[in-house]
Amino acid sequence: MSIFLNKDSTVIVQGMTGSEGVKHTTRMLASGTRIVGGVNARKAGTTVDFDGVSQPVYGTVTEAVEATGANVSVVFVPPAFTKDAVLEAIEAGLELVVVITEGVPVHDTAAFFAAAQASGSTRIIGPNCPGVISPGQSNAGIIPANISDAGRIGLVSKSGTLTYQLMYELRDIGFTSAVGIGGDPIIGTTHIDCLEAFENDPDTAAVIMVGEIGGDAEERAADYISTHVTKPVVAYVAGFTAPEGKTMGHAGAIVSGSSGTAEAKKTALESAGVKVGKTPSETARLMRGIVESL
Amino acid sequence: MATAVDLMEYQAKELFAKHDVPVTLGVVATTPQEARAGAEELGGRVVVKAQVKAGGRGKAGGVKLAQNPDEAYAHAQDILGMTIKGLTVHRVLVAPTADIAAEYYFSFVVDRSNRSYLCIASVEGGVEIEEVAHTNPDAVAKVSIDAGTGVDGAKAREIVTTAKFPAEVAEQAVEMVQALWKVFIEEDASLVEVNPLVRLGDGTLEALDGKVTLDENADFRHTDHAELEDKEAADPLEAKAKAKDLNYVKLDGSVGIIGNGAGLVMSTLDVVAYAGEEFGGQKPANFLDIGGGASAEVMAAGLDIVLGDDQVKSVFVNVFGGITACDAVADGIVHALEMLGDTATKPLVVRLDGNNVEQGRAILAEADHPLVTLVDTMDGAARRAAELAAP
Repeated sequence: MSIFLNKDSTVIVQGMTGSEGVKHTTRMLASGTRIVGGVNARKAGTTVDFDGVSQPVYGTVTEAVEATGANVSVVFVPPAFTKDAVLEAIEAGLELVVVITEGVPVHDTAAFFAAAQASGSTRIIGPNCPGVISPGQSNAGIIPANISDAGRIGLVSKSGTLTYQLMYELRDIGFTSAVGIGGDPIIGTTHIDCLEAFENDPDTAAVIMVGEIGGDAEERAADYISTHVTKPVVAYVAGFTAPEGKTMGHAGAIVSGSSGTAEAKKTALESAGVKVGKTPSETARLMRGIVESL
Repeated sequence: MATAVDLMEYQAKELFAKHDVPVTLGVVATTPQEARAGAEELGGRVVVKAQVKAGGRGKAGGVKLAQNPDEAYAHAQDILGMTIKGLTVHRVLVAPTADIAAEYYFSFVVDRSNRSYLCIASVEGGVEIEEVAHTNPDAVAKVSIDAGTGVDGAKAREIVTTAKFPAEVAEQAVEMVQALWKVFIEEDASLVEVNPLVRLGDGTLEALDGKVTLDENADFRHTDHAELEDKEAADPLEAKAKAKDLNYVKLDGSVGIIGNGAGLVMSTLDVVAYAGEEFGGQKPANFLDIGGGASAEVMAAGLDIVLGDDQVKSVFVNVFGGITACDAVADGIVHALEMLGDTATKPLVVRLDGNNVEQGRAILAEADHPLVTLVDTMDGAARRAAELAAP
């Protein structure tokens, strides 16, 4: 088992014909993802060759879904077009839309997240994220598939390279799924969404959560863990020494009621019974100890 | 990292005026002479306000009342060049004095937890609004806004009622809320704050101050926003990095940092600071994220920036080879050092992990550059870099 993505997921790529799209579609195919086509209105009806595998290009997401039965989309389209691309995917009824694109205006994300909520059926991951991988089954995004095999750990992280680092350090134990949720102000899937999914996934034995300074997502995750999560959770928070941002105005502090510092996040997580590593390597050691004692 | 552009008060007010938010623009002055001329134009009695992107200007002595143009000249002379929260004041806003009957607080902000927008409003406005939010939370109304539907007349009315704006200004407040919403949405702002929003003696409402944070990601649809960035405030190294599209922040320490991915770089700063405690408190000299890809050209540009910082005594290059595997990263480092030639004079501690790590380490070992030390773990490499930076 895994969360959000499994061996039966059928995937289309929006922005498949662009340079990033081509590069990562090739990689996703190589790691066994069931990619069934791409979308680009200007190249509808053509095909693209990926190391001998031919992929059809459709004019719209709806056409792609009708032709292929796809239930997942990975989005690589440029920021100016991301909102429309995601709205199209929601409209077409996809279950999961993974938005890799970096630099999406926050008002655009707010709009497509609201549309996804209203649809009641589409989960968004991202934007500005590395995506989700369920090793050995499927890979929707840009997480290198050869870092780690399948195993018993679930991982959720705001950061891409810290995801890779921790997967690498624990590659001998392996992962059910690793989800890079991104660090933008508004994201489609949160730490809490992933914790809930991992709690319900019978194959996940323990969870690593990686956070960063800013906002209060980690504090809210800590609250959630203390009331809803029975599996062991190990956390890492980056940014203890990051310079204090020159924030303006008072609205941010009033909204969250939290300072957003790494220290505040660590304290909140520890009081929820979560072990917090001081460095990525120490975090990996803590997880290793937990898995070995299970 | 940050893609937010904070505006100064006068810039925020100009955006307010563009969207019909009641506001008095005043005169922007960069010299005491200009401030005096501005005061003359405005009728003599004015407020001289430092224009910097920081709160607490009043408490720092950056806002002063002038009874006449000569006083405006004197205040501008005092305020121009002063430092507020580390920022030098390069210009002042000369604004007419206002006859204030009441002070309110108002803002629209991106609400991370509800993944939508929030309006915060209070009739107990003024500088101590955070204090009010703590001690008397009922006096601060928070109204969630659905990003799908936004703020229309009915929603604006709900906000005004919930915040308990007095009946005699309610209609004006409804108009103003909608105008501020237009600033928030149409300018792609992540924050629009008015503190104080004042009721004047004649009963009209006005935005007496304004803070706006723009979303740089939306610059593609706002060609006019680029010029609002405060270029003169940037550190010279930061400006150079920005010109090369590098995500660089100058810090105070002695260990230069280059890494790939914002999270890993932030983590690297932490690990270096911990390790540095052992060596007389060595600290990171900068944040530099060369991106997940970590190509040779970007590595060279990054090294050039970090080595150009006189405070840097050693450099820690911390790369996880993912999409760009370690052998390509190692080639990039070797190539970058060739490009820099004799200008590279400080020791480099390199830690590579991830895909093709063996090949990557072999490439660096083969090149055997006198400045480069290869350390296998992130914690170990941080310790070595801190040690090399210590006097």
